[in-house]
Amino acid sequence: MSPSPRTLFDKVWDAHIVSPEREDAPAILYIDLHLVHEVTSPQAFAELKQRGLRVRQPQRTYATLDHSTPTRPPDAAGRRPYITPAAEAQVETLRRNCAGYGIPLADWDSPDRGVVHVMAPELGLTQPGMTVVCGDSHTATHGAFGALAFGIGTSEVAHVLATQCLLQHKPKRMRVTVSGALQPGVSAKDLTLAVIARLGFGGGSGYVIEYAGEAIAALDMEQRMTLCNMSIEAGARAGMVAPDEKTFAYLRGRRHAPQDQAFEDAVAAWRTLRTDDGAVFDREIALDASEITPMATYGTTPDAAAAIGAPVPAPMTESERRALDYMGFKPGVATTAESVDVVFIGSCTNGRLSDLRDAAAILKDRRVKPGVRMLVAPGSESVRRQAEAEGLDRIFTAAGAEWRLPGCSMCIAMNGDFAEPRQLAVSTSNRNFEGRQGKGARTILASPATAAASAVTGVLTDPRTLAPEVGHG
Amino acid sequence: MAERFTRLTSRTFVMPQASIDTDQIIPARFLTTTSKDGLGAAAFYDWRYAADGAAIPDQPLNTLDVTQHRILVAGDNFGCGSSREHAPWALLDYGFRAVISTSIADIFTSNAFKNGLLPIQVDEATHQRLVATPEREVTVDLEQNILIIGNEAPIPIAVEAFSRRCLLDGVDAMGWLLHRTPEIEAFELKRAGSVVT
Repeated sequence: MSPSPRTLFDKVWDAHIVSPEREDAPAILYIDLHLVHEVTSPQAFAELKQRGLRVRQPQRTYATLDHSTPTRPPDAAGRRPYITPAAEAQVETLRRNCAGYGIPLADWDSPDRGVVHVMAPELGLTQPGMTVVCGDSHTATHGAFGALAFGIGTSEVAHVLATQCLLQHKPKRMRVTVSGALQPGVSAKDLTLAVIARLGFGGGSGYVIEYAGEAIAALDMEQRMTLCNMSIEAGARAGMVAPDEKTFAYLRGRRHAPQDQAFEDAVAAWRTLRTDDGAVFDREIALDASEITPMATYGTTPDAAAAIGAPVPAPMTESERRALDYMGFKPGVATTAESVDVVFIGSCTNGRLSDLRDAAAILKDRRVKPGVRMLVAPGSESVRRQAEAEGLDRIFTAAGAEWRLPGCSMCIAMNGDFAEPRQLAVSTSNRNFEGRQGKGARTILASPATAAASAVTGVLTDPRTLAPEVGHG
Repeated sequence: MAERFTRLTSRTFVMPQASIDTDQIIPARFLTTTSKDGLGAAAFYDWRYAADGAAIPDQPLNTLDVTQHRILVAGDNFGCGSSREHAPWALLDYGFRAVISTSIADIFTSNAFKNGLLPIQVDEATHQRLVATPEREVTVDLEQNILIIGNEAPIPIAVEAFSRRCLLDGVDAMGWLLHRTPEIEAFELKRAGSVVT
């Protein structure tokens, strides 16, 4: 009898089981790659210290500075403009912990430093079939490579540091099949928002999602990362895409990827990482990519998204009423007449080179509308270097935007980059929660092309009205 | 290490909104800490304080006697959003010991268990009764896996077995995992060779 057909997720899960689930305890799952940043790690290191534990596998751990870090350059004396002494102390704590425990760190002076989910794939750290965790809910990003990647809390960060393992119950399986092709000028972010709108904010809860279908196969690696990144915004534990030739081509030659013959051997193994014919999912969802047009959110949860220009749907619940009150939007009226105050391009969702190219293509020979503040924070030092080599930074600054250093910046707004109360931001990030981008600030989530177009016009704008073919990320 | 949790009787505090995310529970600008302590002051900060920092007078969280209201009853999809364990740290430090909702986000649930904040998922009908009658005295009996609203008949609750055992015994998952080190070593030996960083 042949073995029963398995999904991509099953294959990665099964390969990492140290001890299977039993009646009184969850499975012990081995973790291949543990990514660490300054915000969710200090209390975990403190626990190790308190218990006298070492880091079990420093060479499976990689740290960066991204959340609390200023995106303005240091002053003449080399002092970085941290928002508070606490933010600086937090960064210094991670530097000290990495030095003390022998963990590689993309430090301030490293050409590799970046937002954790932008940096790790660039370095070839993220590979198909791996288990990847980080004290960060957007860890699902790495699922774009066919890895099982998910966010964990700080107690679990300590578990992985000390044991390289986690206690886990196996999530359920969902497949989101996207048929057809995205129209020109419609981006991966538009697809992502359409998927989340379809699933609902908690609709993926308890599941690992596999994204499949011809529209997914057509996405490049950066687009797949945008899609997988926001799986948590539907409540899903992780999102995955089966690795293919694009995945292998992306990884070839990257520093931490296998090299030469080892790479060819790895590719042969990675080719088996696909869902077998006949494998069963607990839930199946189907979408048609060709029906999707540029999307934007109108509420305070990422699933409250609709086509740009569509009237805001009537609220059905108290929470939806509260969301529209907060946003100042009216049911039945499109949000495209509201003045935009801030535009943010960046984040682990849309801070990669292709995202910046989209925004620059819109802004070239145009100006940010007076009164609109536009911030561009590249996702990593590597993205910054490439963007500057292509002259994208000069397009942004010539248009009147601010070109910042890499970091999470205004996505999470804890480093001093924030929008003021009641300001309306069009942002390429991943969360439009109340106050996410600053106390009282209002957020519309959209693609880089849409954000850039909105910066030009000063209102939420379908980018196809300015440039019909731009719209990638 | 999580505090033990066996049985708790207290009044409920009801926040009926759905999808109360972790940015509401503790805004990100309070995450620049290296400690777990004192985060209760930042719990629901943007709901409790105006832009000028003044306490909002009609916000019940500012006047709640939490020692009498240890049980938070919240709307569906509570704790969605980020993985920040600061959210349960803040709720515990504020004074809550249990959260009841129709659904509670995955990562929040995991984080809550590890710190002794008991997440309890109940059906829609039970939830509606709790929401409709704020301030009700409720007993959560983890030993018997039941919830008792006032003097009504006990309602069985399903609490994940391993986390329940940890809370009842006051032990934590870290100790349990460390105890399994030989199996972890064997697993590593079996698939040696793949060095990452």
